[in-house]
Amino acid sequence: MNLEYDADDLAFRAKVRSFIEENLPCDVQAKILNHKRLNRQDYKTWHQILHKQGWIAPAWPVEYGGAAWSPVQRHIWEEETTRAGAPNIISFGVNMIGPVLMEFGNEAQKKYYLPRILSCEDWWCQGYSEPGAGSDLASLKTAAKRVQDADGHHFIVNGQKTWTTLAQHADMIFCLVRTDNSGRKQQGISFLLIDMKTPGITVRPIITLDEDHEVNEVFFDNVKVPAENLVGEEHMGWTYAKYLLSHERSNVAEVGRSKRELRFLKKLAMSYTSDGKPLLDDPLFARKVAILEAELMALEITNLRVVSADDGKSEPGPEVSMLKIVGTEVQQRLTELMVQAVGPYGLPFDTDFLEGGREHAVTGHDDAAPLTASYLNFRKASIYGGSNEVQKNIINRMILGL
Amino acid sequence: MDFNLTQEQTQLSDTLRRWTEKEYDFETRREIIASHEGVSQKAWSGLADLGLMALPVPEALDGFGASGPDMFVVMQALGKGLVIEPYLATVCGIEYLKHDADKFTDLLQKAATGEVRFACALGEAQSRFNRADVAMTAKADGAGYILNGRKTVVIHGAQADHLIVSARTANGTRERDGISLFVVPANADGVSRSDYRTIDGMRAADIDFANVRVSDDALIGAAGEAWPLIDAVSDYARALICAEAVGIMQAVYETTLEYLKARRQFEQPIGAFQALQHRMAEMFVEVEQARSMAMLAASIAGSNNPEKRRHTVSAAMIRVGQAANRVGEEAIQLHGGIGMTNEMQVAHHFKRLTAFGAIYGDIDHHIARFTQQPGFRKIG
Repeated sequence: MNLEYDADDLAFRAKVRSFIEENLPCDVQAKILNHKRLNRQDYKTWHQILHKQGWIAPAWPVEYGGAAWSPVQRHIWEEETTRAGAPNIISFGVNMIGPVLMEFGNEAQKKYYLPRILSCEDWWCQGYSEPGAGSDLASLKTAAKRVQDADGHHFIVNGQKTWTTLAQHADMIFCLVRTDNSGRKQQGISFLLIDMKTPGITVRPIITLDEDHEVNEVFFDNVKVPAENLVGEEHMGWTYAKYLLSHERSNVAEVGRSKRELRFLKKLAMSYTSDGKPLLDDPLFARKVAILEAELMALEITNLRVVSADDGKSEPGPEVSMLKIVGTEVQQRLTELMVQAVGPYGLPFDTDFLEGGREHAVTGHDDAAPLTASYLNFRKASIYGGSNEVQKNIINRMILGL
Repeated sequence: MDFNLTQEQTQLSDTLRRWTEKEYDFETRREIIASHEGVSQKAWSGLADLGLMALPVPEALDGFGASGPDMFVVMQALGKGLVIEPYLATVCGIEYLKHDADKFTDLLQKAATGEVRFACALGEAQSRFNRADVAMTAKADGAGYILNGRKTVVIHGAQADHLIVSARTANGTRERDGISLFVVPANADGVSRSDYRTIDGMRAADIDFANVRVSDDALIGAAGEAWPLIDAVSDYARALICAEAVGIMQAVYETTLEYLKARRQFEQPIGAFQALQHRMAEMFVEVEQARSMAMLAASIAGSNNPEKRRHTVSAAMIRVGQAANRVGEEAIQLHGGIGMTNEMQVAHHFKRLTAFGAIYGDIDHHIARFTQQPGFRKIG
C-alpha cells in the first residue's frame, strides 16, 4: 500500500501541467473558472488544440490515434485539466461512440468516423432517452424500419429522443432505435448512426430551470438512414449500449472539478463576511465545508483505488456506481454551499453576464452572479447517467444478487 | 501508487483472521469479558507469538519497525475479530517510548515480546478530548518528581504493567507548554486503580496518583515539552482506530448482506425490498469511503509533517466517525429485532463502533481541529 505518486507519474504531471499552462485559451479558462457559459467554439478550440498534440483521446489505443495513457495517467490528466479550468471534452464522441465503433463497428465505419471524432469534424450527440424511456431505457419506442428502394437499403426512422445534450451543436447522433417488437424489450433494439442534417430531423430546445439551453428534444419524421450506418448486427443494439455504459467509467467521480470548486467555495467564504468576519471563520459554516472536504478527500482515494484497479478488461463492479453517487452528491453540495456563501447575492440573475454579453455582473459581484444558476443546473447530476437511485439498484444487483 | 497489500501484509492478515476464528471465537470472547481480569493472558501470548507486539518496535530493539500500512492490516483484522486485549494501549505506549528509545531500551525490548503491557493515562475528568487539559501535577523533587492527580477512563489502565502518564510541570491547566510524560509502574506506591467494564467489552480504569514518587529515569523526552509527542502519538492512535473501525464495518456489512439474503418475510428474502436495498447500497458506500480515509490516515500516521498529519487524520476521524455511526445503526435496523439481542455478533461490532470517538475525539472535536489547521484556509 503506497498512496504516493511515483516519479514517472510526477514527471507526467509536470509535462501536462506546463502544456496546459501554455495552450489553454485564457478567455475559455476565465469562463470555466467563473462559472460562465461556453459556446460551441470554446469547446471546439480546446478540442482541436488537444487533437494537434495527440492528446484528445487519452484512453484510445495508438493504432486509432489515441494516447494510450494508463488509468493513473488519465486520472492525472483529468485532475490537471480541471484544476486549470479547461473545458470538459464533449464525451459523446471520444468517450462513447468511439469505443463502441472500435469494438463493434466495421472497418469502413472505423476508418471514416474515428478520425473525424479526433479532429472534431463531427460533433456527436447521444440519442438514448425518450419521453417514455428514462431510467427504463429499454422501453424506448423510436422505430426504424428496414426498406429497399432505388438507392439501396435504408432504415426509416420515426420517433422522438429527449434530453439530448448539446444536440444544437451536433453533426451526428448515435441512436438506439426499435427494429423489432416481438420479443423482450431489450431485444429488437438497434444502434444507428444518423447525420443530423438528414431531412426529417427537428431539434427543439429544452430551456432548463436555470434558463440555459443545454438539452433538446430531437424529432425524427420519416428520416432515411443508409443501412451501412447500422453498428454491428441488427437487433443487438442493447448489447452495444450496455458495453458503452459499462466502459463509460472515466471520470464519473469528477474529483478534479470538485477540488477546484472547493477552492472557489473557500475563496468566497473568505471574502464574503458575516458580522464583520469572513464566513469561513463562522464555525457553523466552516463545519459544513469541513464535512464536505473530508468527503471529497475520501472520494479522491476511492477514485484512485478504482482507477488503479482498472485493467481495461474486467467489467466494472459496484464501485463505479458508488463513484457516480458520491461524486454527484459532492458536486451538488458544493453548489449549495456556494449559494449560501454569497447570501443575498445569490438572488440577482444576470443571463447577459453569464453568456458573455457583458463583462461585469450588474451587481458588481462577478463571483456570485452565476452561482444560483449553477446550483439549479447541477440538480441534473443525480438524475443523468442513470439516476442515483438506479445506481443503488445496480450496486444491489452486484452485491446482493437477488 | 499501489493500493494492494504486500505479500507479507496479506500473510499477516490471513494469519490473524485464522487466529481470531480459531482462538478468539464469540464464546471465548464472552468468557474473557466476564472474567475477573477482563483480558486473556493466553490470547496475549498468542498474539505475541504471532509477532504483533514486536511490530511497532524498532528493528534495532528486536522489533519489526512496522509501517502505518502494516498496522492498518493488523488493526483491521483485530477489529473484525472483535479482539478486546490491550493491544492498542500497548502499541501507543511503545510509540511514546520510541521517542526516547535509548532511555527505554529495556522496556521496549520487553514490550516486543509481550512481557509488559502499557496503558496511556492522559484523560482527566474535565479534559474531554483535549490532551493539553492536564491538571495533574508533577513537582520536581531532588532527582525525581512527585505526581499528584487523577486520570479517568484510562483504557486497559488496570491491565497494564506500566502507565504512560501526562502531568504538568509548568504553566496553567490547558497550556500546551509545561506538560511532561512519565512512565510509572502500575504497582508504584500511591497508585490506586479502579477497574470497570466499557460498553464495547473492554476495560477502563480511573487511576489516582497520591504523592507518587518517580526518578528522572521515568521522564520521556524533555520536561515540559511533551505536547508535540502527545499530539503525534494521539494521531497515530487515531489512524489505528480508523483501521480497526474499517475492519469492523466490513464484518458488519458482510453479516448484514447475508442476513438480507437469508431472512424471509412476505414469502421472499427481505433483500428483495427496494427500501432495504437502497440502505444496503448506502452502507456499501459508507464502508468504502471510510476504507479510503483509513488508508490515507495510515499512510500519513508516521509523517514528520505535523500540519499535514493533523489535517489528514482529523479528516479521517470525521469521515470514518460518520461511517461508524451510520453503518452500525443501519446494521441493527436491517437486522430488525434480532439485531437487538446480545447474542448476535453484529450487536457487539455495533457497540465497538459506538466507542469510536469516545477517547480520541468525536466528529465535532475533529471538525473543529480540521478547520483550525492552516491547510483549511489554503487555496493555492
